[in-house]
Amino acid sequence: MMTEISFQQEFEIKGGDFVRAGEASCEIKNLLKELGVAMQVVRRAAIVSYEAEMNVIMYAGSGRLDLSVTSDRVQIVVDDRGPGIEDVELAMSEGYSTATPEMRELGFGAGMGLPNIKRNSDIFKIHSKVGRGTRLEMTIRTNGHRL
Amino acid sequence: MTLADIIERMNLKIYAGRTELERPVRGGYASDLLSDVIANGQKDQLWVTLQIHPNIIAVAALKELAAIILVNGREPAAETAVRADKERIPILGTPLSAFEFAGRAYGLGIQER
Repeated sequence: MMTEISFQQEFEIKGGDFVRAGEASCEIKNLLKELGVAMQVVRRAAIVSYEAEMNVIMYAGSGRLDLSVTSDRVQIVVDDRGPGIEDVELAMSEGYSTATPEMRELGFGAGMGLPNIKRNSDIFKIHSKVGRGTRLEMTIRTNGHRL
Repeated sequence: MTLADIIERMNLKIYAGRTELERPVRGGYASDLLSDVIANGQKDQLWVTLQIHPNIIAVAALKELAAIILVNGREPAAETAVRADKERIPILGTPLSAFEFAGRAYGLGIQER
């Protein structure tokens, strides 16, 4: 029997705030560990939240990350008020990036963010409207892993 | 092998995380792309890089890496060292290039599993 857990928390992410970049993801990782989520799931959730958080910081004015945890899944939903993505299929391809040269010098813009998110999610949905923003929904199942 | 052993044998400079030097080390990963390390780094590895800005600390903390090794004599930015001490992430330095450091460390037996 898995322990029933239910947990929800929101995180505000400020675009361009490289100083605090990664803070939300570190907090999410610690929360999931405290909740007793299996380490394999925690690791995947950490990758997913880090990449989504960095995308908001690099490209959007602001965004919100919603974390919810039940006994059978971890869900991370990120909504941003950013420029949107013109060609989602292209953005999903490994190595493609619209990062500035300055970001690339810092080691961002590898074109691995969205592919990393997809690879580490069991269910991945992306909705984007140019000029409005982007919404990412990621679900990681905890089934089969003891909590 | 522990970090302390590697520091001694590779003659590394310690910039941050002095309380964490008894950590075990299992292998390493060399990359300057943060997403690459997020995707492919593993717990307890040495991370060999030339990036010195504060964001490397979040990456190392998230992946539970053993330490960050700065190559080519690079020194961490002031804010990076402060954050590393807070998150208890050791930052070590070497005058060697990434290639040379990785080769010698591998030769010392710092290999996967």
